[in-house]
Amino acid sequence: MSVDLEELFRFSKALINESEDDHFHTLGIQMLAITEKGVRMAMEYRPELVGDPDTGVIHGGAITSLLDTCCGFAAASGLDELGLTPTIDLRIDYMCSATPGETIYADAELYRSTEFVMFTRARAHHGDPDRPIACAVGTFFRLAPDVFEPLRARFKACTQEERNPVAGETGGEQ
Amino acid sequence: MSFFDTETLSRQIERVPYARMLGIASCGEPGRFVLPARKSNIGNPTLPALHGGAIAGFMELSAMITVLQGEETKRIPKVIDISIDYLRAGRFVETYSRCKLNYLGRRMLNVSVVAWQESEDLPIATARAQFLVKD
Repeated sequence: MSVDLEELFRFSKALINESEDDHFHTLGIQMLAITEKGVRMAMEYRPELVGDPDTGVIHGGAITSLLDTCCGFAAASGLDELGLTPTIDLRIDYMCSATPGETIYADAELYRSTEFVMFTRARAHHGDPDRPIACAVGTFFRLAPDVFEPLRARFKACTQEERNPVAGETGGEQ
Repeated sequence: MSFFDTETLSRQIERVPYARMLGIASCGEPGRFVLPARKSNIGNPTLPALHGGAIAGFMELSAMITVLQGEETKRIPKVIDISIDYLRAGRFVETYSRCKLNYLGRRMLNVSVVAWQESEDLPIATARAQFLVKD
């Protein structure tokens, strides 16, 4: 049994868009797709993310946040139920500077999933994955599924309300 | 270009938009920095916890500024890679970092970073970064 990817996609979007002032919103991180092949996310160019004021190049830290998030959802795609996976460690290799003004995409895949640890890798690029800006390897921890029961309940309540705003408090999903 | 004096260092940090966004500031001692608790660095609003990427960005900036503090010339270091081990969840409080320049070569530099919150003995993350310097 494995988590429904369509549901994980909606769950990830809800988490990313939940707050108007958190790190996702500040960086402009967006979820684009979650499939069996992996997760794709994006981060548009913003002047606030610049690390080198002379060149306008985005700071590596913003790319690290994007890759960490992308790898994290790739890891979550291997869980049995809807949930999150804390990062154990993350290694980022910077291949070249990001081009000022261009959107950065991140593609992450879960290449091995074990009882307690999820192994992921990702790359950041401007549209051509064969010309990476940065590559990442990350390991994530599989917590007991009941840890996320309150979060799942809250998410399901929200989606229920969206579908049926009047009778939102009655009944669960079939 | 040596940034040992805190005022010059603050001015340099102020010039970098990403550093301003995170809120990193010098603790007044070389290689020691602070990240104030800011909502914009939160990754999990329910706990609430800092985003692992914000912690990594803070550590990478700390390492980078430490390298600049040790540089006598105008050489600008580029990060080749950074590796972060997450030990504890970053709570929504002030975070501190301490950097150590392990190797200072003609081309390569190696820096290790420790980040903690309530106690220096209880790190929330450790990292090491390699830098390349071009003339």
